[in-house]
Amino acid sequence: MERDKHFILGIFDDEDILLSAVKEVRAAGVKIHEVFSPYPVHGLDEELGYTRSRLPIAAFLFGLLGTTLALTMQFYMMKFDWPMIIGGKDHAAFPDFIPVTFELTVLLAAFGMVGVFMISSNLKPWAQPRIFDLRSTDDKHVMAIDIASNGSVDLEQIKSALKNSGATEVNSKSFE
Amino acid sequence: MAQASNYNLDQKFDFTAPVKKVIFFLGGLGAVLLLIGIIAAAFGGHHGAGEEGGHAFHWTKRLYANLWINNVYFTGIAIIGVFFFAIQYAAQAGWSTALLRIMISFGNWLPIAAVLMLATFFIANHDLFHWTHSYIFDINDPEYDRIIDGKGNFFYWPMEKGSFPIFYIVRMVLFFGFWIFFFNKLKSLSLEEDINGGTSYWYTIRKWSAIFLVFFAVSSSVSAWDWVLSIDTHWFSTLFGWYVFASWFVAGLSAITLVTIFLKDQGYLEMVNQNHIHDLGKFVFAFSIFWTYIWFSQFLLIYYANIPEESVYFIERLSSDVYGPYIFVNIVLNFVLPFLVLMTRDAKRHNIFLKLVCTLIIFGHWVDFFLMVQPGTLGHNGGLGLMEVGMLLVYGAAFAFVALSHLSKKNLVPKNHPMLEESYHHHI
Repeated sequence: MERDKHFILGIFDDEDILLSAVKEVRAAGVKIHEVFSPYPVHGLDEELGYTRSRLPIAAFLFGLLGTTLALTMQFYMMKFDWPMIIGGKDHAAFPDFIPVTFELTVLLAAFGMVGVFMISSNLKPWAQPRIFDLRSTDDKHVMAIDIASNGSVDLEQIKSALKNSGATEVNSKSFE
Repeated sequence: MAQASNYNLDQKFDFTAPVKKVIFFLGGLGAVLLLIGIIAAAFGGHHGAGEEGGHAFHWTKRLYANLWINNVYFTGIAIIGVFFFAIQYAAQAGWSTALLRIMISFGNWLPIAAVLMLATFFIANHDLFHWTHSYIFDINDPEYDRIIDGKGNFFYWPMEKGSFPIFYIVRMVLFFGFWIFFFNKLKSLSLEEDINGGTSYWYTIRKWSAIFLVFFAVSSSVSAWDWVLSIDTHWFSTLFGWYVFASWFVAGLSAITLVTIFLKDQGYLEMVNQNHIHDLGKFVFAFSIFWTYIWFSQFLLIYYANIPEESVYFIERLSSDVYGPYIFVNIVLNFVLPFLVLMTRDAKRHNIFLKLVCTLIIFGHWVDFFLMVQPGTLGHNGGLGLMEVGMLLVYGAAFAFVALSHLSKKNLVPKNHPMLEESYHHHI
């Protein structure tokens, strides 16, 4: 069976039940594709076994790039390209460069972080989001399980694991 | 489900003999270093005698300047404990509930600080503050100073300039008086809550916290002008109050973090976990940057405009053999180090990094006050030697002893605080 096409969905009413369900379902050897919830659930990412986001590393590197760019630009302009004496200071007066350096560091760190986040989350403007269950934007938590990536586990076993862990409904969903 | 009430909420900190021994050892070490420093200064160097036809430099002056640095610095850490406590209530914060008693325990230093500050002022006013000399207000005196005469009323009103600085003293007494009053009020309300429970205490404490914060907003700024800025009487800086407050705040936050980690290491405060420590780390990180922002704002404008009466302050420091290097020590310890070390999440969640950084920050901000006080009082006769390190250790040990011994008297956790459960479940 093809990956990322056919899913089993467990619908949950309550976040505490959801949290324990995630634990039980994973313990039963089932791989969870994703959990959708109307609001952030504390501890869900730990239960799902997600590793920490590497976004801060991207932010740091973009910030570093901003610092380097800002300092290089100002030194080049003020020292080599068009030396000017401002306020009786040296051409390359380091303290003067700090505000611009600070601003460019923040700007590149923020923009870089947003850009990296959008690319890594596939948030391009023309992307078509896949709706697993519309109620996950309202009052239900939806646990999606990719059938193909659980090839070794029996379908009925997955369904019963979901039922037993407190899902109010168990549905199927396929995408084109 | 796990609950805060599963823990022993009546737990008290046991101020054991080994801990006391460490504090006494540090204090004793400080006293010995101080004594060696004094002996060295009194019998060793007569380099200041009779220079440039001015007054001969006497080692007691250096001792007084030292006392003043630590008086101001530790008063700041003490009042920041009360301030941070009040902030938690004014902001209706729940995460910090388990740490409230640590913050408020710092305030116990305030009465001692008040006595020390007043005593130092009365003993050493002429050595520390140029404006206390009466001759500079006498128009017929060759030393008459028109600028200080113009500012004289800020110290002497309503009495005659050059007589007794009644306005200055009244402000000092009032500030300490109100700070101690608010500290006692907040502390006793918090302790009554332990006995009686209920949510009404929380509302009462919030009300008193809000009033205190308004008073502190004004008094912290004015006390910074009085106690620190007036040393360089001619000079002025409009954001000086913020600068001193920022320095106090980072030092106070570092001290709160250190005490929290110390108690955790001793096995107390079971309900405090890495999430609380992480948040304290974020505070130290963020306000280190805030301090840098303020420091640099003050520096950049003065450097850029280059008006002589303003830039003299930095010339006195940067082009001095004695103080020049410490400007960079100041920046490295208080900005570069916390910025780079505490940037990652892991560093804020591991006690070893926080212990290292917070200890260095407490020293770093002492250096900041050293740079504010010594150049204006001692000039080129100052320096950071045994006397300074010794005095810092003596004050630090005394402060730690007072704060910890008061901490040990009552419950470590405000057990009837309505947000205790929230604090227990704090998760980031």
